[in-house]
Amino acid sequence: MSNVAMTAIRTEGFTPPGPGDFNLPPIGPDRTFELFGQTYYLGVTKPMLQLVLAAVLVFGFFYLASKRRAMVPGKLQYAGEQAYGFVRNSMGRDIIGSHDFMRFVPYLFALFFFILLNNLFASIPFIQFPTFSRAGMVYGLALLSWLIYNYVGIKRHGFGGYFKHQSVPAGVRGPILLLLIPLEFLSNIVVRPVTLALRLFANMLAGHLLLILFALGGEYLLLHGATLVKPVGILAWLLFIAISFLELLVQFLQAYVFVLLNAMYIAGAVSEEH
Amino acid sequence: MKTQNILAAGEELNPLIPHPVEIVLSLVVFGLLYFAVKKWVVPNFEKTFAERTQAIEGGLSAAETKQAEADAKLAQLEKQLADARHEAARIREEAREQGAQIVAEMREQAQTESARIVEHGKSQIEAERQQAVTSLRAEVGALATGLAGRIVGESLDDEARQSRVVDRFLSELEARNGAGTGSVN
Repeated sequence: MSNVAMTAIRTEGFTPPGPGDFNLPPIGPDRTFELFGQTYYLGVTKPMLQLVLAAVLVFGFFYLASKRRAMVPGKLQYAGEQAYGFVRNSMGRDIIGSHDFMRFVPYLFALFFFILLNNLFASIPFIQFPTFSRAGMVYGLALLSWLIYNYVGIKRHGFGGYFKHQSVPAGVRGPILLLLIPLEFLSNIVVRPVTLALRLFANMLAGHLLLILFALGGEYLLLHGATLVKPVGILAWLLFIAISFLELLVQFLQAYVFVLLNAMYIAGAVSEEH
Repeated sequence: MKTQNILAAGEELNPLIPHPVEIVLSLVVFGLLYFAVKKWVVPNFEKTFAERTQAIEGGLSAAETKQAEADAKLAQLEKQLADARHEAARIREEAREQGAQIVAEMREQAQTESARIVEHGKSQIEAERQQAVTSLRAEVGALATGLAGRIVGESLDDEARQSRVVDRFLSELEARNGAGTGSVN
Protein backbone atom coordinates (compact mmCIF):
# COMPACT_ATOMS: atom_id res chain seq x y z
CA MET A 1 0.00 0.00 0.00
CA SER A 2 2.74 2.42 0.88
CA ASN A 3 4.75 1.20 -2.11
CA VAL A 4 2.06 2.59 -4.36
CA ALA A 5 2.36 5.92 -2.61
CA MET A 6 6.15 5.97 -2.72
CA THR A 7 6.40 5.19 -6.39
CA ALA A 8 3.72 7.79 -6.95
CA ILE A 9 5.90 10.37 -5.28
CA ARG A 10 9.16 9.34 -6.82
CA THR A 11 8.26 9.05 -10.42
CA GLU A 12 8.02 12.82 -10.62
CA GLY A 13 11.78 13.24 -10.15
CA PHE A 14 14.19 12.18 -7.44
CA THR A 15 12.95 12.77 -3.94
CA PRO A 16 15.78 12.30 -1.46
CA PRO A 17 14.92 10.04 1.47
CA GLY A 18 14.02 11.84 4.67
CA PRO A 19 12.86 11.17 8.20
CA GLY A 20 9.47 10.28 6.78
CA ASP A 21 10.96 7.04 5.49
CA PHE A 22 11.40 5.97 9.09
CA ASN A 23 7.76 6.54 9.99
CA LEU A 24 6.59 3.16 8.78
CA PRO A 25 2.86 2.64 8.59
CA PRO A 26 1.37 -0.07 10.80
CA ILE A 27 0.75 -3.58 9.55
CA GLY A 28 -2.92 -3.69 8.73
CA PRO A 29 -5.23 -0.67 8.35
CA ASP A 30 -3.64 2.78 8.44
CA ARG A 31 -5.24 4.47 11.39
CA THR A 32 -3.84 7.54 13.03
CA PHE A 33 -4.33 9.44 16.26
CA GLU A 34 -3.47 12.93 17.32
CA LEU A 35 -1.41 13.76 20.41
CA PHE A 36 0.24 17.09 21.28
CA GLY A 37 -0.46 18.33 17.77
CA GLN A 38 1.40 15.41 16.22
CA THR A 39 -0.20 12.75 14.06
CA TYR A 40 0.81 9.21 14.94
CA TYR A 41 0.06 5.88 13.33
CA LEU A 42 -2.06 3.59 15.45
CA GLY A 43 -1.20 -0.08 15.28
CA VAL A 44 1.65 -2.53 15.27
CA THR A 45 4.58 -1.39 13.14
CA LYS A 46 7.61 -3.23 11.84
CA PRO A 47 10.10 -1.80 14.39
CA MET A 48 7.76 -2.87 17.18
CA LEU A 49 7.82 -6.44 15.89
CA GLN A 50 11.60 -6.21 15.54
CA LEU A 51 11.90 -5.13 19.15
CA VAL A 52 9.97 -8.17 20.32
CA LEU A 53 11.80 -10.47 17.92
CA ALA A 54 15.17 -9.23 19.20
CA ALA A 55 14.17 -9.89 22.80
CA VAL A 56 12.96 -13.39 21.92
CA LEU A 57 16.09 -14.21 19.92
CA VAL A 58 18.49 -12.88 22.55
CA PHE A 59 16.78 -14.79 25.31
CA GLY A 60 16.36 -17.93 23.19
CA PHE A 61 20.01 -18.03 22.15
CA PHE A 62 21.45 -17.44 25.58
CA TYR A 63 18.96 -19.73 27.26
CA LEU A 64 19.94 -22.60 24.97
CA ALA A 65 23.63 -21.75 25.32
CA SER A 66 23.55 -21.63 29.10
CA LYS A 67 21.17 -24.52 29.70
CA ARG A 68 23.55 -27.47 29.44
CA ARG A 69 26.14 -26.18 31.92
CA ALA A 70 28.80 -28.59 30.67
CA MET A 71 32.27 -28.39 32.18
CA VAL A 72 33.72 -28.77 28.70
CA PRO A 73 31.47 -26.54 26.61
CA GLY A 74 30.19 -27.34 23.12
CA LYS A 75 30.23 -24.78 20.34
CA LEU A 76 26.94 -23.14 21.29
CA GLN A 77 27.75 -23.00 24.97
CA TYR A 78 31.24 -21.71 24.23
CA ALA A 79 29.87 -18.91 22.05
CA GLY A 80 27.33 -18.01 24.71
CA GLU A 81 29.92 -18.02 27.47
CA GLN A 82 32.31 -15.87 25.47
CA ALA A 83 29.58 -13.35 24.72
CA TYR A 84 28.38 -13.30 28.30
CA GLY A 85 31.92 -13.14 29.64
CA PHE A 86 32.71 -10.21 27.35
CA VAL A 87 29.96 -8.04 28.85
CA ARG A 88 30.40 -9.41 32.37
CA ASN A 89 34.15 -8.83 32.55
CA SER A 90 35.02 -5.97 30.23
CA MET A 91 31.96 -3.82 30.96
CA GLY A 92 30.83 -5.06 34.35
CA ARG A 93 33.78 -6.10 36.45
CA ASP A 94 36.46 -3.87 34.93
CA ILE A 95 34.39 -0.69 35.11
CA ILE A 96 32.05 -1.06 38.08
CA GLY A 97 34.64 -2.94 40.12
CA SER A 98 34.65 -6.49 41.45
CA HIS A 99 32.94 -5.47 44.68
CA ASP A 100 29.35 -4.95 43.47
CA PHE A 101 29.30 -5.45 39.71
CA MET A 102 27.33 -8.70 39.78
CA ARG A 103 24.12 -6.83 40.62
CA PHE A 104 24.32 -5.01 37.29
CA VAL A 105 25.54 -7.80 35.05
CA PRO A 106 22.07 -9.05 34.02
CA TYR A 107 21.08 -5.49 33.09
CA LEU A 108 24.24 -4.72 31.12
CA PHE A 109 24.25 -8.12 29.48
CA ALA A 110 20.61 -8.02 28.37
CA LEU A 111 20.98 -4.40 27.28
CA PHE A 112 24.07 -4.97 25.15
CA PHE A 113 22.75 -7.89 23.15
CA PHE A 114 19.27 -6.37 22.89
CA ILE A 115 20.68 -3.19 21.35
CA LEU A 116 23.25 -5.04 19.27
CA LEU A 117 20.68 -7.31 17.64
CA ASN A 118 18.27 -4.45 17.06
CA ASN A 119 21.06 -2.49 15.39
CA LEU A 120 22.10 -5.48 13.30
CA PHE A 121 18.54 -5.74 12.04
CA ALA A 122 19.44 -2.76 9.86
CA SER A 123 21.82 -5.00 7.90
CA ILE A 124 20.02 -8.34 8.05
CA PRO A 125 18.33 -9.07 4.70
CA PHE A 126 14.52 -8.88 4.61
CA ILE A 127 14.46 -6.96 7.89
CA GLN A 128 16.80 -4.09 7.02
CA PHE A 129 15.50 -1.54 9.42
CA PRO A 130 17.29 -0.26 12.51
CA THR A 131 14.84 -0.49 15.41
CA PHE A 132 16.58 2.32 17.24
CA SER A 133 16.19 4.79 14.43
CA ARG A 134 12.81 5.26 16.12
CA ALA A 135 13.42 7.87 18.80
CA GLY A 136 10.77 6.47 21.15
CA MET A 137 12.53 3.12 21.48
CA VAL A 138 15.78 4.79 22.46
CA TYR A 139 14.13 7.26 24.85
CA GLY A 140 12.70 4.31 26.76
CA LEU A 141 16.11 2.71 27.26
CA ALA A 142 17.84 6.01 28.06
CA LEU A 143 15.15 6.80 30.63
CA LEU A 144 15.65 3.40 32.20
CA SER A 145 19.41 3.87 32.46
CA TRP A 146 18.91 7.35 33.97
CA LEU A 147 16.58 5.91 36.58
CA ILE A 148 18.95 3.05 37.37
CA TYR A 149 22.15 4.98 37.91
CA ASN A 150 20.46 7.70 39.91
CA TYR A 151 18.60 5.13 41.98
CA VAL A 152 21.71 3.14 42.91
CA GLY A 153 23.57 6.41 43.62
CA ILE A 154 20.85 7.72 45.95
CA LYS A 155 20.66 4.35 47.65
CA ARG A 156 24.42 4.35 48.22
CA HIS A 157 24.96 7.96 49.30
CA GLY A 158 21.53 9.16 50.42
CA PHE A 159 19.56 11.84 48.54
CA GLY A 160 21.63 14.87 49.52
CA GLY A 161 24.84 12.91 49.61
CA TYR A 162 24.27 11.67 46.09
CA PHE A 163 23.67 15.10 44.60
CA LYS A 164 26.72 16.41 46.43
CA HIS A 165 28.68 13.42 45.12
CA GLN A 166 27.61 14.08 41.54
CA SER A 167 27.74 17.91 41.63
CA VAL A 168 30.70 18.87 43.80
CA PRO A 169 34.02 17.82 42.30
CA ALA A 170 36.41 16.39 44.84
CA GLY A 171 39.36 18.55 45.86
CA VAL A 172 37.96 21.85 44.55
CA ARG A 173 37.48 24.82 46.94
CA GLY A 174 36.56 28.45 46.78
CA PRO A 175 34.37 30.54 44.45
CA ILE A 176 35.09 28.35 41.42
CA LEU A 177 32.55 25.97 42.92
CA LEU A 178 29.83 28.48 42.00
CA LEU A 179 30.66 27.76 38.40
CA LEU A 180 31.45 24.08 38.70
CA ILE A 181 28.47 22.88 40.71
CA PRO A 182 25.82 23.83 38.12
CA LEU A 183 28.03 22.50 35.33
CA GLU A 184 28.63 19.20 37.03
CA PHE A 185 24.99 18.84 37.94
CA LEU A 186 23.97 19.57 34.39
CA SER A 187 26.45 17.17 32.83
CA ASN A 188 26.04 14.35 35.32
CA ILE A 189 22.32 14.44 36.01
CA VAL A 190 20.53 16.29 33.25
CA VAL A 191 22.42 15.86 29.99
CA ARG A 192 23.48 12.25 30.27
CA PRO A 193 20.21 10.57 29.27
CA VAL A 194 19.81 13.01 26.40
CA THR A 195 23.26 12.38 24.94
CA LEU A 196 22.89 8.67 25.54
CA ALA A 197 19.64 8.57 23.60
CA LEU A 198 20.63 10.93 20.81
CA ARG A 199 23.94 9.19 20.14
CA LEU A 200 22.32 5.85 19.50
CA PHE A 201 19.24 7.17 17.76
CA ALA A 202 21.06 9.62 15.48
CA ASN A 203 23.71 7.11 14.47
CA MET A 204 21.12 4.55 13.52
CA LEU A 205 18.96 7.06 11.69
CA ALA A 206 21.83 8.68 9.80
CA GLY A 207 23.45 5.40 8.86
CA HIS A 208 20.27 3.99 7.48
CA LEU A 209 19.43 7.23 5.72
CA LEU A 210 22.80 7.11 4.02
CA LEU A 211 22.17 3.56 2.86
CA ILE A 212 18.73 4.47 1.51
CA LEU A 213 20.22 7.46 -0.26
CA PHE A 214 22.88 5.38 -2.00
CA ALA A 215 20.47 2.61 -2.91
CA LEU A 216 17.68 4.83 -4.23
CA GLY A 217 20.05 7.36 -5.75
CA GLY A 218 21.92 4.62 -7.60
CA GLU A 219 18.66 3.17 -8.79
CA TYR A 220 17.40 6.57 -9.98
CA LEU A 221 20.63 7.30 -11.82
CA LEU A 222 20.54 3.92 -13.54
CA LEU A 223 16.91 4.13 -14.54
CA HIS A 224 16.39 7.81 -15.26
CA GLY A 225 19.88 9.31 -15.57
CA ALA A 226 21.52 10.28 -18.82
CA THR A 227 23.67 7.60 -20.48
CA LEU A 228 26.91 9.13 -19.25
CA VAL A 229 25.63 9.34 -15.69
CA LYS A 230 24.44 5.74 -15.51
CA PRO A 231 27.86 4.30 -14.42
CA VAL A 232 27.71 6.62 -11.41
CA GLY A 233 24.66 4.63 -10.37
CA ILE A 234 26.84 1.49 -10.33
CA LEU A 235 29.41 3.38 -8.30
CA ALA A 236 26.70 4.41 -5.86
CA TRP A 237 25.74 0.78 -5.40
CA LEU A 238 29.36 -0.22 -4.82
CA LEU A 239 29.58 2.50 -2.21
CA PHE A 240 26.35 1.17 -0.76
CA ILE A 241 28.10 -2.16 -0.15
CA ALA A 242 31.15 -0.47 1.37
CA ILE A 243 29.00 1.69 3.62
CA SER A 244 27.04 -1.40 4.68
CA PHE A 245 30.24 -2.81 6.14
CA LEU A 246 30.96 0.48 7.85
CA GLU A 247 27.42 0.37 9.22
CA LEU A 248 28.06 -3.07 10.72
CA LEU A 249 30.92 -1.54 12.65
CA VAL A 250 28.82 1.42 13.73
CA GLN A 251 26.01 -0.88 14.83
CA PHE A 252 28.36 -2.81 17.08
CA LEU A 253 30.11 0.29 18.37
CA GLN A 254 26.90 2.09 19.25
CA ALA A 255 25.64 -0.89 21.23
CA TYR A 256 29.01 -1.12 22.93
CA VAL A 257 29.19 2.59 23.74
CA PHE A 258 25.63 2.69 25.07
CA VAL A 259 26.28 -0.15 27.50
CA LEU A 260 29.78 1.04 28.35
CA LEU A 261 28.45 4.47 29.30
CA ASN A 262 25.71 2.84 31.34
CA ALA A 263 28.37 0.91 33.23
CA MET A 264 30.44 4.05 33.74
CA TYR A 265 27.45 6.05 35.00
CA ILE A 266 26.63 3.28 37.46
CA ALA A 267 30.28 3.05 38.50
CA GLY A 268 30.40 6.83 39.06
CA ALA A 269 27.18 6.75 41.08
CA VAL A 270 28.23 3.96 43.43
CA SER A 271 31.87 4.98 43.77
CA GLU A 272 33.08 6.45 47.07
CA GLU A 273 35.28 9.11 45.46
CA HIS A 274 35.27 10.78 42.09
CA MET B 1 -5.58 9.77 0.90
CA LYS B 2 -2.77 7.32 1.58
CA THR B 3 -0.33 9.34 -0.48
CA GLN B 4 -1.27 12.49 1.37
CA ASN B 5 -0.80 10.73 4.65
CA ILE B 6 2.72 9.63 3.82
CA LEU B 7 3.60 12.99 2.32
CA ALA B 8 2.36 14.67 5.45
CA ALA B 9 4.32 12.28 7.65
CA GLY B 10 7.46 12.65 5.56
CA GLU B 11 7.43 16.40 5.55
CA GLU B 12 6.13 17.29 8.95
CA LEU B 13 7.48 14.48 11.08
CA ASN B 14 10.20 15.52 13.45
CA PRO B 15 12.19 12.33 14.09
CA LEU B 16 13.13 13.52 17.55
CA ILE B 17 9.52 13.49 18.69
CA PRO B 18 8.86 9.98 19.90
CA HIS B 19 5.93 7.75 19.32
CA PRO B 20 4.54 7.35 22.86
CA VAL B 21 3.69 3.69 22.33
CA GLU B 22 7.29 2.97 21.41
CA ILE B 23 8.62 4.33 24.71
CA VAL B 24 6.30 2.09 26.68
CA LEU B 25 6.88 -0.87 24.40
CA SER B 26 10.66 -0.66 24.56
CA LEU B 27 10.52 -0.48 28.37
CA VAL B 28 8.15 -3.42 28.61
CA VAL B 29 10.00 -5.61 26.11
CA PHE B 30 13.39 -4.83 27.56
CA GLY B 31 12.03 -5.29 31.07
CA LEU B 32 10.73 -8.74 30.20
CA LEU B 33 14.02 -9.63 28.55
CA TYR B 34 15.89 -8.38 31.63
CA PHE B 35 13.87 -10.49 34.04
CA ALA B 36 14.07 -13.57 31.84
CA VAL B 37 17.83 -13.20 31.45
CA LYS B 38 18.29 -12.55 35.15
CA LYS B 39 16.25 -15.57 36.14
CA TRP B 40 17.21 -18.19 33.56
CA VAL B 41 20.44 -17.20 31.83
CA VAL B 42 22.82 -15.36 34.16
CA PRO B 43 22.56 -17.85 37.06
CA ASN B 44 23.31 -20.70 34.67
CA PHE B 45 26.40 -19.00 33.32
CA GLU B 46 27.59 -17.99 36.76
CA LYS B 47 27.03 -21.50 38.10
CA THR B 48 28.95 -22.97 35.19
CA PHE B 49 31.83 -20.54 35.74
CA ALA B 50 31.90 -21.26 39.46
CA GLU B 51 31.76 -25.02 38.94
CA ARG B 52 34.50 -24.86 36.35
CA THR B 53 36.71 -22.80 38.64
CA GLN B 54 36.04 -25.24 41.44
CA ALA B 55 36.71 -28.24 39.21
CA ILE B 56 40.02 -26.77 38.11
CA GLU B 57 41.03 -25.83 41.63
CA GLY B 58 39.87 -29.20 42.98
CA GLY B 59 41.82 -30.98 40.28
CA LEU B 60 44.90 -28.96 41.07
CA SER B 61 44.68 -29.63 44.80
CA ALA B 62 44.04 -33.34 44.17
CA ALA B 63 47.08 -33.44 41.94
CA GLU B 64 49.09 -31.68 44.62
CA THR B 65 47.96 -34.20 47.24
CA LYS B 66 48.84 -37.07 44.93
CA GLN B 67 52.22 -35.54 44.21
CA ALA B 68 52.90 -35.11 47.91
CA GLU B 69 51.87 -38.72 48.53
CA ALA B 70 54.10 -39.94 45.75
CA ASP B 71 56.99 -37.87 47.08
CA ALA B 72 56.49 -39.27 50.57
CA LYS B 73 56.34 -42.81 49.23
CA LEU B 74 59.45 -42.26 47.14
CA ALA B 75 61.31 -40.87 50.14
CA GLN B 76 60.19 -43.83 52.20
CA LEU B 77 61.34 -46.29 49.55
CA GLU B 78 64.65 -44.53 49.21
CA LYS B 79 65.10 -44.64 52.94
CA GLN B 80 64.29 -48.35 52.96
CA LEU B 81 66.75 -48.93 50.16
CA ALA B 82 69.46 -47.01 51.98
CA ASP B 83 68.71 -48.99 55.15
CA ALA B 84 68.92 -52.24 53.22
CA ARG B 85 72.24 -51.21 51.68
CA HIS B 86 73.53 -50.20 55.07
CA GLU B 87 72.37 -53.49 56.52
CA ALA B 88 74.00 -55.45 53.71
CA ALA B 89 77.26 -53.58 54.20
CA ARG B 90 77.11 -54.22 57.90
CA ILE B 91 76.44 -57.94 57.36
CA ARG B 92 79.29 -58.15 54.86
CA GLU B 93 81.61 -56.43 57.27
CA GLU B 94 80.55 -58.77 60.04
CA ALA B 95 81.03 -61.79 57.84
CA ARG B 96 84.48 -60.60 56.86
CA GLU B 97 85.37 -60.09 60.50
CA GLN B 98 83.98 -63.47 61.40
CA GLY B 99 85.87 -65.10 58.56
CA ALA B 100 89.08 -63.46 59.61
CA GLN B 101 88.45 -64.53 63.14
CA ILE B 102 87.75 -68.08 62.07
CA VAL B 103 90.90 -68.18 59.98
CA ALA B 104 92.91 -66.81 62.91
CA GLU B 105 91.37 -69.32 65.24
CA MET B 106 92.03 -72.19 62.87
CA ARG B 107 95.58 -71.09 62.41
CA GLU B 108 96.11 -70.88 66.12
CA GLN B 109 94.48 -74.22 66.63
CA ALA B 110 96.65 -75.79 63.94
CA GLN B 111 99.75 -74.29 65.46
CA THR B 112 98.81 -75.53 68.85
CA GLU B 113 98.10 -78.95 67.42
CA SER B 114 101.39 -79.09 65.56
CA ALA B 115 103.23 -77.87 68.62
CA ARG B 116 101.46 -80.52 70.62
CA ILE B 117 102.36 -83.21 68.09
CA VAL B 118 105.98 -82.09 68.02
CA GLU B 119 106.07 -82.00 71.79
CA HIS B 120 104.51 -85.42 71.96
CA GLY B 121 107.10 -86.77 69.49
CA LYS B 122 109.89 -85.22 71.45
CA SER B 123 108.73 -86.58 74.73
CA GLN B 124 108.26 -90.03 73.22
CA ILE B 125 111.76 -89.95 71.78
CA GLU B 126 113.09 -88.82 75.12
CA ALA B 127 111.19 -91.58 76.86
CA GLU B 128 112.50 -94.16 74.48
CA ARG B 129 116.00 -92.85 74.87
CA GLN B 130 115.65 -92.99 78.62
CA GLN B 131 114.35 -96.46 78.33
CA ALA B 132 117.26 -97.43 76.07
CA VAL B 133 119.75 -95.82 78.42
CA THR B 134 118.18 -97.57 81.37
CA SER B 135 118.12 -100.92 79.64
CA LEU B 136 121.64 -100.39 78.33
CA ARG B 137 122.87 -99.40 81.73
CA ALA B 138 121.28 -102.48 83.22
CA GLU B 139 122.74 -104.68 80.54
CA VAL B 140 126.16 -103.14 80.77
CA GLY B 141 126.01 -103.65 84.55
CA ALA B 142 124.93 -107.25 84.07
CA LEU B 143 127.63 -107.80 81.53
CA ALA B 144 130.19 -106.17 83.68
CA THR B 145 129.01 -108.21 86.62
CA GLY B 146 128.97 -111.38 84.49
CA LEU B 147 132.43 -110.60 83.21
CA ALA B 148 133.63 -109.81 86.61
CA GLY B 149 132.10 -113.05 87.91
CA ARG B 150 133.78 -115.01 85.21
CA ILE B 151 137.02 -113.34 85.87
CA VAL B 152 136.66 -113.91 89.54
CA GLY B 153 135.31 -117.49 89.04
CA GLU B 154 138.27 -118.55 86.96
CA SER B 155 141.55 -118.32 88.70
CA LEU B 156 143.33 -115.48 87.39
CA ASP B 157 146.74 -116.84 88.07
CA ASP B 158 148.24 -117.28 84.76
CA GLU B 159 148.50 -115.18 81.80
CA ALA B 160 147.20 -117.80 79.42
CA ARG B 161 144.15 -118.58 81.38
CA GLN B 162 143.48 -114.88 81.84
CA SER B 163 143.58 -114.22 78.14
CA ARG B 164 141.43 -117.30 77.46
CA VAL B 165 138.79 -116.08 79.80
CA VAL B 166 138.74 -112.64 78.23
CA ASP B 167 138.65 -114.06 74.77
CA ARG B 168 135.85 -116.43 75.65
CA PHE B 169 133.92 -113.63 77.26
CA LEU B 170 134.30 -111.40 74.28
CA SER B 171 133.27 -114.10 71.85
CA GLU B 172 130.32 -114.92 74.04
CA LEU B 173 129.55 -111.25 74.08
CA GLU B 174 129.82 -111.10 70.35
CA ALA B 175 127.60 -114.14 69.93
CA ARG B 176 125.09 -112.63 72.29
CA ASN B 177 125.37 -109.38 70.55
CA GLY B 178 124.82 -111.09 67.19
CA ALA B 179 121.81 -112.97 68.53
CA GLY B 180 120.60 -109.98 70.60
CA THR B 181 120.53 -107.24 67.98
CA GLY B 182 117.07 -108.20 66.90
CA SER B 183 115.80 -108.38 70.45
CA VAL B 184 117.27 -105.00 71.36
CA ASN B 185 115.70 -103.21 68.50
